[in-house]
Amino acid sequence: MKILVPVKRVIDYNVKPRVKADGTGVDLANVKMSMNPFDEIAVEEAIRCKEKGVATEVVAVSIGVAKAQETLRTALAMGADRAILIQTDDEVEPLGVAKLLAKVQEEEGAGLIILGKQAIDDDSNQTGQMLAALLNLPQGTFASKVEVEGDKVSVTREVDGGLETVKLNVPAIVTTDLRLNEPRYASLPNIMKAKSKPLATKTPADYGVDVGARLETLKVVEPAKRSAGVKVADVDELVAKLKALGVAA
Amino acid sequence: MKTLVWVEHEGGTVKDATLSAVTAAAKLGEVHLLVAGAGVGGVGEAAAKIAGVGKVHVADDAAFGHALAENVAPLVVELMGSHDAFVAPATSTAKNIAPRVAALLDVMQISDILSVESEDTFTRPIYAGNAIATVKSKDAKKVITVRGTAFEKAAREGGSGAVEAVASTGDKGISSFVGAEIAKQERPELTSAKIIVSGGRALKDGETFEEVIYPLADKLGAAVGASRAAVDAGYVPNDYQVGQTGKIVAPEVYIAVGISGAIQHLAGMKDSKTIIAINKDEDAPIFQVADIGLVGDLFKVVPELTSKL
Repeated sequence: MKILVPVKRVIDYNVKPRVKADGTGVDLANVKMSMNPFDEIAVEEAIRCKEKGVATEVVAVSIGVAKAQETLRTALAMGADRAILIQTDDEVEPLGVAKLLAKVQEEEGAGLIILGKQAIDDDSNQTGQMLAALLNLPQGTFASKVEVEGDKVSVTREVDGGLETVKLNVPAIVTTDLRLNEPRYASLPNIMKAKSKPLATKTPADYGVDVGARLETLKVVEPAKRSAGVKVADVDELVAKLKALGVAA
Repeated sequence: MKTLVWVEHEGGTVKDATLSAVTAAAKLGEVHLLVAGAGVGGVGEAAAKIAGVGKVHVADDAAFGHALAENVAPLVVELMGSHDAFVAPATSTAKNIAPRVAALLDVMQISDILSVESEDTFTRPIYAGNAIATVKSKDAKKVITVRGTAFEKAAREGGSGAVEAVASTGDKGISSFVGAEIAKQERPELTSAKIIVSGGRALKDGETFEEVIYPLADKLGAAVGASRAAVDAGYVPNDYQVGQTGKIVAPEVYIAVGISGAIQHLAGMKDSKTIIAINKDEDAPIFQVADIGLVGDLFKVVPELTSKL
């Protein structure tokens, strides 16, 4: 079984985003970029499936600027076998991404497509579900456990009140939550080896997909700031404050 | 504009998150509801009483019993033939379903809205709430999820909606529900609690988390939350997590114990009315957003606080 893992290049998890002064977006110039953390978990899960003998090949896909190659090389260094970059300078929304990935899946015929549940830039949490809809495949979102059992995959999902398990026909879409696994660091030899693994470059036009934006961003602003309040000296003072708030009798 | 609001329900009752979605939908136009599930006649009756509600579509079928997106999305798509916007609370159930609906309608979803600016323009958080985007949708139909803490809850009583049964679109047979482990709720639910006591990595382990945080929470009648660090370290289950990747909360009072205040945590709680922070590091970022701060060793301070309340 082949596994397809879409990955996105986003602002590094540890960088505090700064809103541009002109209100057009977030300033990404000279900012450290990395693989979306949920996508790292997706790559790790796919590689573990291969190591367990469940999967035979792991293909990483990214849609984005030329530099998204670096993100794909990271996936290859972690253990993916080959990569596809669908290169575009335009920002592609989840619906457009899902349409492109549906075309890739038509060519690749993967048994599982594992994606991050959301990207930490636009926080949309849509692509996996949309891809499942377009391909008419079942979806196991927010996964904390994935087990392939023949032509079914059992997915334990993080839901509001706890956990839920669903069984899906394969091929299926899985989106990852944080506790699914802890992604590995690529070793130096593997980083070197990744440089010679195959990476194909395509464009949205190659797939005949219109990725025009449906949402227009009118402005981006900083959220209202909270100001620091007062420090209390001891517990008695805190108790008094809580009583004043009506929280304690 | 005619809206169709997804009714989130559990154990026969309409959940609070639905009421916030109703408020958001009312800003767009007429509010119709969809109650889907197995044996949900009572939920339909209850939903019809929500203030301001028009029609209540009830789809009662075993296929909808566990709200599997594969079965529910085609039902919503069918109903969207006669509605202009699908509005759902940003719960784990609806976040699973709404994008599936959007793609089937060829619509780009607007996730987690904070406000309705006009019938096609909304604000929503991006970058873990470090930026707020105003977005305008060019799609003819809208698919929207609503951040519950950003909208007042519609009143549960006062409405007189007309209940109408909807034909089932059936079981698509590509997925099935196996089981659930839903944590027993001895305390208020995080997303609707008035007071929350949250613990961070400084609690050391699951046992001390329990010994320090729970008595304080119980004294205050509060829900218990945790930072991602505490969840990652295994002190508490993931459904306790408050933050960008966990639950978004906005209680009257949020007490952060031993939480440093990482961006990702602040994203989940900074809309709380009053934030109280207890931390031994006086430079911890949490103090920059806290209304009341106490610098001290939580293992001494919290038990003392609990005993003095």
